[in-house]
Amino acid sequence: MVVQERARRAAVRPARERPGRGILRGTVQVVGELLITAGIVLLLFVGWQLWWTNVESDARQSAVIKEFAQELGNAAPEPSAAEPAAPAEPVDYGDPVVGTAPGQAGTIGIMYIPRFSNNYTRPIVQGTTGDVLDTLGLGHYANTAMPGAVGNFAVAGHRQTHGAVLDNIHTLVPGDKIYVQTKDGYYIYVFRNNQIVMPSRTDVLEPVPTRPGVTPTESYLTMTSCNPRFGAEERIIAYALLDSWRPASAGPPAEIAAQVAAAVGGG
Amino acid sequence: MYGWIFRHLPGPLWLRIFTSLVLIAGALVLMVQFLFPWMSDLTQFTDSTIGAASQP
Repeated sequence: MVVQERARRAAVRPARERPGRGILRGTVQVVGELLITAGIVLLLFVGWQLWWTNVESDARQSAVIKEFAQELGNAAPEPSAAEPAAPAEPVDYGDPVVGTAPGQAGTIGIMYIPRFSNNYTRPIVQGTTGDVLDTLGLGHYANTAMPGAVGNFAVAGHRQTHGAVLDNIHTLVPGDKIYVQTKDGYYIYVFRNNQIVMPSRTDVLEPVPTRPGVTPTESYLTMTSCNPRFGAEERIIAYALLDSWRPASAGPPAEIAAQVAAAVGGG
Repeated sequence: MYGWIFRHLPGPLWLRIFTSLVLIAGALVLMVQFLFPWMSDLTQFTDSTIGAASQP
């Protein structure tokens, strides 16, 4: 009964409506559906940016670290893990060896920052273009010094999204150690201070940060990231100074031996 | 619009539901692969570099 009634009404309705109203209703419906679609796409975009890019980048960066570990393994067999048992007295290994810069998107090394997390291991890759920073990890400003060199070794990293490699940059405390491992060895930097600047302040990348024209006598590490955490109006800068250096043959510093073993295996 | 598409899909109901899901999945893949990276480049919410850093 109800079905019959409905069918009859449906059959009657189009005849009673003026043809223009059907077109109007159809247009409004399509526009409405498109607007709802646009809203859903924007929500998906936010989800993609805040969550999925991290998943993608974390996987890619682990792969980069694995490749780098293989290169290390091929270049020189690492000494056995027994060696770090030697007394942890500071040994002077002389001036740090400075590697040559790889080509764009080549891997320079791995950064360990125990303050961020005990298993914080992120690749350092040559270049600061979007493709490097968005997938590969920390990007080295190609026109700045290499690790250990007198001058400024400057890297950029995302604060949020794409792995959020420098999310906790504001938690560094003066005196915190920042370890950079390259195929030549381990460069141990000590964090000094943060600074929040406008994005146009290229002088933070000078050989002596923020002091253009001054000849450097020390090795700096400068890290740049977004500020505030979910915005990009400003940049947060972290400055560190080279404290000491160990050749690869001496094994990793005792403080990060476990992380190094986990990241690159063996030694 | 979506109702119109659904009505014009071929096959029985279960096949039309399946085809719709495949179309939605395809749209998602296209968005993640092309649309979202492009939108991300247009917005500068995540730029973490200093100065004209896009030079090599």
